[in-house]
Amino acid sequence: MVTFNLLLNAVVTGILLGGFYAAVTIGITIAFGMLDIVNIAHPVFIVMGSFIAYIVNRTFGVDPILTVVMASPLFFLLGVAIFRFYYAVFESSGKGSLRGLAFFFGILFVIEVTLLLAFGVDYRLVQTSYIGPNVGFEHVDLPLRMVIPFVGSMALVSGLHIFFSHTFVGRAIMAVAQDEFALSLMAVDTVAIKQLAFGIAIATAAIAGGFLIVIQPVDPSLGREYIGRVFAICVLGGMGSVTGTVIAAFLLGVVETITSTLFGPSWAPAVSFAALLLTLAVRPSGIMGR
Amino acid sequence: MRRIPSWIWPVAVAVFILTLSRLVENEYYMFAGYVVLQYIVLASAWNILGGYAGYVNFGSAAFFAIGAYGTIVLDKLLEPPLMVAILFGGIVASLVGLVTAYLTLRLRGVFFAIATLALAIVLQTLVMNWEFVGGPLGVYTIRPDSIAGFPSYVNYLFVVMLVLALISVLVARAIERSFVGRGLAAIRDNELAAECCGVPTLRLKVFATMLSGGLMGMAGAPFPYYITYLDPNSAFSIAYSINSIAMPLIGGMTYWIGPVIGAVLLAVIQQVATVTISSELNLMIVGVLLISFITLAPNGIVGLFESYRQQRHRCSST
Repeated sequence: MVTFNLLLNAVVTGILLGGFYAAVTIGITIAFGMLDIVNIAHPVFIVMGSFIAYIVNRTFGVDPILTVVMASPLFFLLGVAIFRFYYAVFESSGKGSLRGLAFFFGILFVIEVTLLLAFGVDYRLVQTSYIGPNVGFEHVDLPLRMVIPFVGSMALVSGLHIFFSHTFVGRAIMAVAQDEFALSLMAVDTVAIKQLAFGIAIATAAIAGGFLIVIQPVDPSLGREYIGRVFAICVLGGMGSVTGTVIAAFLLGVVETITSTLFGPSWAPAVSFAALLLTLAVRPSGIMGR
Repeated sequence: MRRIPSWIWPVAVAVFILTLSRLVENEYYMFAGYVVLQYIVLASAWNILGGYAGYVNFGSAAFFAIGAYGTIVLDKLLEPPLMVAILFGGIVASLVGLVTAYLTLRLRGVFFAIATLALAIVLQTLVMNWEFVGGPLGVYTIRPDSIAGFPSYVNYLFVVMLVLALISVLVARAIERSFVGRGLAAIRDNELAAECCGVPTLRLKVFATMLSGGLMGMAGAPFPYYITYLDPNSAFSIAYSINSIAMPLIGGMTYWIGPVIGAVLLAVIQQVATVTISSELNLMIVGVLLISFITLAPNGIVGLFESYRQQRHRCSST
């Protein structure tokens, strides 16, 4: 029998999970929603971040989240490099879409197999003080390993939100998303703006990767599970909208945990696909779509 | 003198391979050849939608697995002949293609690509939770006794796959030269313009998805008998998805021969690499080849060959 208590716990866990999903998806929201670059390799960059956190934690005992925050500039540079390559080969020639997709699919594959060859198929975890203990309220138990990533994700997403709405560069990125041509008429170097934005997108992947390995053990192919999820959230949220992404992430997190409470955790991956198909069929512009 | 119809060449090659299969004693060649032929089907099928119309399907593994698990279900219920199982797999897979296509193809092509990617994961979840077909543990299939007229059951499977490969190549060829192929090419080049010129774009795309998915399902149907033990990880292996994209891209996507060249080349490399190196590394080879071809030779081997021929033509004419 599903009690009220169980349901309440599911909803609260879902919100925590949803917050983390927002951090996972925000990079896709930037790359796919704003820049129109279908980076299906994004989840694999997240897994890469997790493995960096794992290695550093294992050898030096450094906190995984601290590690990925330190590593994010490197990911930023990686993102810039990938964008330059992508732009030079696909986008500037105007025949981007199909080949760009296949290109990122290839990247996904190469990174995944490299991780597989280096680390094997085992699940890896990290050791920190906040993995294990719970914070309890009256009827709800909150595992700290969910709370910390939730707080971190919210900080990341709100930081980005402020960046996009209040700084010059952030607003330039939003402008590129809206009308690139018009922006180029204002003598703005749109390619440099997009390059910066894509770098930020990949940098968020590193941070999300740190959260991921705190929440659950990670193996090289875990990224695949997240592909459907991140795109479902991004589309549901209305593509380029940060607020929409957060709302959609909470929604999907709650629906997923309720599904796994009612039907068993093995059904959870199906939720995102259902959400994606429903959104595409009913309201392709998403919650916050224009 | 009348021209020899050009469909004769694929048929002749198939007949030649058939004769060869009767002469070769070593069963390993049948096993390896089966995989190569299977990839010819998958690559040609993918190319009908991906190459001609420019819509990327990331879920070839899903359609393949539908065929494979279709056979398992039928086998448990009625033990029908293989032909029935192949037809069943093809029909179910094309129906799944119909639904996915209808829901997502009205939008931008990217959404279709993402939906197919997610489709593979969801169907795998479904199979994992379905005890009747073995769930996560997988299921054993018993090969029927060998069929009259064939030296062994593996030889029979090889011939079946040879016929399927021939069918897919002929279908792809027929599509390419019909109004459907021209319509799909128009969609690839400029969908809006095609729509304005009266090309029934949605209907053509849905049709291509059904055909492509159906052929992939048919390729998957004999698979349980081939490996005799089917589990979700092998049926939904991402190797099928990446290979069916990489093979047409490497071979060349505009003509039917491209996927065939790509499939033979990559599948043979992988068969050799699996035996000599390791199976993870051969996926790496595919990934690296895929990236290098889309960046350096976007029109594949056929494209390289064509530009070489054009260059020579230009040199000789001046």
